[in-house]
Amino acid sequence: MSHFEVKNLVKKFGGLTAVNDVSFSIEKGKIFGLIGPNGSGKTTIFNCINHYYPLSGGKIYFKEKRIDKLPTYEICKLGIGRTFQIVKPLRRMTTLENVMSGAFLKTSNITEAKNKALEVLDFCDLFRHRHFPAKGLTIANKKRLEIARALATEPELLLLDEVAAGLNPKETETAMEIIQKIRSSGITILIVEHVMKVMMGISDRIMVINFGKEIARGTPQEIVNNQEVIKAYLGESYAQGK
Amino acid sequence: MLKKFWFLSIIIIIAIILPFIVQSSYYQHIFILILIWGTLGVAWNLLGGYTGQVSFGHAAFFGLGAYGAGLLAFHLHISPWWGMIVGPVAAVIISIPIGLICFRLRGPYFALAMLAVGEICRLIFTEWVPFTNGAMGILTLTTFSSKLPYYYIGLAVLLLSIYTVYRLMASRAGYYFVSIREDQDTAESLGIPTTKYKMYSLIPSAFFSGLAGAFYMNYMNYIEPSIVFSLPDVSIMIIMVVILGGVATLWGPLIGAIIYVVLSELFRSSLGSAHLLVFGVIVCLVIMYMPNGVMGEANKIKKLFRRKGAHIGSEMT
Repeated sequence: MSHFEVKNLVKKFGGLTAVNDVSFSIEKGKIFGLIGPNGSGKTTIFNCINHYYPLSGGKIYFKEKRIDKLPTYEICKLGIGRTFQIVKPLRRMTTLENVMSGAFLKTSNITEAKNKALEVLDFCDLFRHRHFPAKGLTIANKKRLEIARALATEPELLLLDEVAAGLNPKETETAMEIIQKIRSSGITILIVEHVMKVMMGISDRIMVINFGKEIARGTPQEIVNNQEVIKAYLGESYAQGK
Repeated sequence: MLKKFWFLSIIIIIAIILPFIVQSSYYQHIFILILIWGTLGVAWNLLGGYTGQVSFGHAAFFGLGAYGAGLLAFHLHISPWWGMIVGPVAAVIISIPIGLICFRLRGPYFALAMLAVGEICRLIFTEWVPFTNGAMGILTLTTFSSKLPYYYIGLAVLLLSIYTVYRLMASRAGYYFVSIREDQDTAESLGIPTTKYKMYSLIPSAFFSGLAGAFYMNYMNYIEPSIVFSLPDVSIMIIMVVILGGVATLWGPLIGAIIYVVLSELFRSSLGSAHLLVFGVIVCLVIMYMPNGVMGEANKIKKLFRRKGAHIGSEMT
């Protein structure tokens, strides 16, 4: 069985089926990309994985253990970290305290948590902001704080929800570097992103969804040339520009 | 750190010798009231300030603590000082089911449930005359004629509550409490079992409110439901005291208690029950101009300097 596997995931909100029978699996150490138009159900899939929403149907396995009935904090304890698309910093805590709150998952010792947090902050290029209150950070830094906080829980699988959205090219570059570094440290990544440069550059495999249903899956190259994906999401101009 | 230690030592020494300097028993009475309100504020602040679970009914815990002591004397004719154990335990026992039910929900449910629990307690203790002596209240005999023993017991209770909160907030639990207050979704996603940690915050809060109540019974020697379970005079007043002193600060509740007790003594003789108006106006002004309370704003100024220092330090390393 794969490291992480989603089987026939269904999520309904009343009469609306936001995610309709989606299945995929991720091998250990790989980056799996999820793309699709706005409202196609990408974030909903994330919210189902870490049980922010209860599932309407389907199963999720992580390290051969079924996790779709577990509460959110248990899923995190098993080793699945996540970031939020709409950043949720712990506003009145400093950047360091934010990351320490994550680091406390693996230790109850203040000094150990602090050292771990400082290490992660350095990794995410936030070290110099460590004493600032999180609410005062720029959007780019808040996005990185999301990553840092999730990394501090020492996850084996990291769910990244649009960590490059709203960033300028330079900041996007930094974000990509960080994601690459995370991958080289052996963490499996599931990423949702609209910035195609990021997705094509780093993903091992990509799945495209539309209206909650899978429409294509393959390597970045296969996806770019897939007619249905071009029609539904990328657009003709992107395909020609390629 | 060393400076902090000296500062703290001096404050404690002053607190210990204060009743010898101020020997008027009226002033000593005011000090003791401050100690009781300080303890209540510290207890409320742990749950409402740090963990963000605002309670509109801490009078329930305070009153249960007081009645825990009072009923021992009333029915069993043993010293109400045993209530210093029974009272807080009773408060904790009542708090557990409330927390387990309400902390699963988000939003104002806990605040409203506590409002209801406080009022339910008041009604039960008013109507259940055979057990509680109803509105006639419970009268016990004074243990000490001097105010000094009360002062020191009250001081010990207050310091114990402050120390407990300090230790909690300097541990993992403290970080988790504030995380829960700031964003519950984030907290959950970081592996924090939020319901459990809200309970860890509620239990000491209920315990120290109950302890303050039990001490109040022993000191005043008279309680009745409309005093100890009062919604405006206890439940709401605790919140005002904490807001005034500084929400989510260690010493804020004590500062708030000092201001509240001193003001109400100053204006009670001239304004009667309207003295609360003066206090209300001051709370409004504080919220408008010092939204983080007295201690909250003091910390801000201190932090400004500290952050500058930290910045220089980081450049040097």
